[in-house]
Amino acid sequence: MTGTVKSMVEAIRDTLDEELAHDHRVMVIGEDVGKSGGVFRATDNLQSKYGRDRVVDMPVSEAAIIGASIGLATSGMIPVAEMQFLGFSHQAFHQISHQLARWRYRTNGRFHAQVTIRAPFGGGVRAPELHSDAFENIFTQGAGLKIVAPATAADAAGLLRSSIRDPDPVLFLEPLKGYRLVRDEVPAGDHTVPIGVARVAREGNDVTVIAWSAMVQTSLEAAERAAAAGIDVEVLDLRSLVPLDVQAIAESVAKTGRAVVVQEAPRTGGFASEVVAVIQDEVFLSLEAPVLRVSGWDTPYPMPLVEDHFVPSVERVLAAIERTAAF
Amino acid sequence: MFQILDPAGAEVGVIPDDLSDERLQEMLRLMILGRYFDQKAISLQRRGKLGTFAPMSGQEAIPVGSVFALDPATDWVVPQYREQLAMLHWGLSMSTYFLQRQGHPIGATLPTSHRLFPQQVALAAHLPQAVGVAWGMRLQGEASVAICYFGDGSSSEGDFHEALNLAGVQKVPVIFVCQNNQWAISTPVAQQTAGTIADRALGYGIAGEQVDGNDPLAMYVATKRARARGLAGEGPTLIEAVTYRLGAHTTADDPTRYVDPAEHERWTHRDPLIRFRAWMQNTGRWSDEDEVLAEKWCEHEIERAVEGVADAGPPDPMALMDNVYEIAPATLARQRDELRAFLDAVVSDHRQPGSAR
Repeated sequence: MTGTVKSMVEAIRDTLDEELAHDHRVMVIGEDVGKSGGVFRATDNLQSKYGRDRVVDMPVSEAAIIGASIGLATSGMIPVAEMQFLGFSHQAFHQISHQLARWRYRTNGRFHAQVTIRAPFGGGVRAPELHSDAFENIFTQGAGLKIVAPATAADAAGLLRSSIRDPDPVLFLEPLKGYRLVRDEVPAGDHTVPIGVARVAREGNDVTVIAWSAMVQTSLEAAERAAAAGIDVEVLDLRSLVPLDVQAIAESVAKTGRAVVVQEAPRTGGFASEVVAVIQDEVFLSLEAPVLRVSGWDTPYPMPLVEDHFVPSVERVLAAIERTAAF
Repeated sequence: MFQILDPAGAEVGVIPDDLSDERLQEMLRLMILGRYFDQKAISLQRRGKLGTFAPMSGQEAIPVGSVFALDPATDWVVPQYREQLAMLHWGLSMSTYFLQRQGHPIGATLPTSHRLFPQQVALAAHLPQAVGVAWGMRLQGEASVAICYFGDGSSSEGDFHEALNLAGVQKVPVIFVCQNNQWAISTPVAQQTAGTIADRALGYGIAGEQVDGNDPLAMYVATKRARARGLAGEGPTLIEAVTYRLGAHTTADDPTRYVDPAEHERWTHRDPLIRFRAWMQNTGRWSDEDEVLAEKWCEHEIERAVEGVADAGPPDPMALMDNVYEIAPATLARQRDELRAFLDAVVSDHRQPGSAR
């Protein structure tokens, strides 16, 4: 079956449309998701197609959006809840990490929460305060929750479908910067991508660059620049943070012996640190150089006019590749 | 404040005509069980056989009166942690409750016979969940309501506001029952809010009323009304059940540090058990023999629960790995193997708690 070239936001909208059509239990709830079609149009025209009971404009109440999703899922519905920005999800943090993630555990398996939370995140679009932060690592400690962060339109479609159909709750992270910028071919039909499986975005033999979401594109551009300098870079797109594809990381780094991990978030306590720990656990004896991290700085997310010096750039990733290659 | 029986058990309102004598006796027996339960559980806790728990003495009429107004085949009970009687009536076995308070993993098991949520310790976090479950029932065309219990302290949480507001907008068939027992641990309700909890319903555009929470018949009728309203598509109801916590907040609390003994003394005269028993006796529905039989039944129920706890045996440490996901991902499966290998290497018997050191 042939595919269609779509932007990431189009791929997300179309997948929501298809899943609403596929299963009458699926609902889309969130702030401004109805008549307006979402602030990024990710839910455009869904309410007119499926009605106000299935595509619901919610009060500005993040905790109630997630809390109600737990109840809706327990009743047998399949809610897809939107957090307008991941930065606003802290007003629902207890519902996400303490309630939703643990629902199966707290009830000894009597109930489960088939809930997908969609949340745009990440920098590079000159957005106001708290719209650009990459807070994904904070949620990785909420056992019971899966976390995915696609980098392509095809993966966004395939992972969103897998998330909606997954019996466990999934936090589905959408890169603000990639919403319209990223365009690629999305396979037609019932296209799914398994949660927990990484993707080799570019094959190479000298250095492995590990990234997710918007940082995959940055890493690919850095890899092209490195190739011109004679360094053959492999880019591994994690796609899922929880569960983490440990095997894919180990295989790639065992092959190259060198690794750079790229994240948008501040360095200390970030998810890149977890990836570095996994590398030394799994393939310590294959390493030819210390594993490097390229990240945001340990500062709050800065004012937009200087954000390009906070979010890892192609140049900073390239510098790390060169450093590790030269070690 | 809505009342049917006054503190002495005299009728001051219309007695509901849909409660048979047998049902009324069942209600009184369950309330007596609550009082027995507290005494027994406190003594078990003092001997280290039970973890911290929240006694219910003085508040028995709220869960009993309200839960009897629901349909066990369709309705959801969403408790906080002082509604043990509603949970027991909704299929939870007392031994499971004891196991839960002991910290035994199987204590988290919920009955499959009824629609019962687990206890909630994150105050008010269950309110939006109750809204969601009742909303989902309505969306699926089921005639079902959810009842959600919480305290006066929880009414100060953001989730309280978000839940009542959303329920009002979507006209969700949910019944919010605030057990206003005058104290949030040591904080009196006057320091919790300058207003009246029931009045807040007005701001959300929903029905609200203050009910004498020590009057099981008033609780029954108010809940029944709220249920009918919900099923008729008229939306949620906030019931402020005015009551008093005769005991401690939990077994870890010492109310003598902050409660005025005179206040406590005043409320002992409004004890829901005194009131309901007096009315039952005065109307010929409860005899001395019934009382003796009820006491024996309570003792038996509690003994049986204690035996159930003993039968459960010590927990299997591997149980801590269960029910995180439907299927444990490879990362977690490896950790499970790691724990199992550790236990196999260090201890011969997994089921010896604490011996893995």
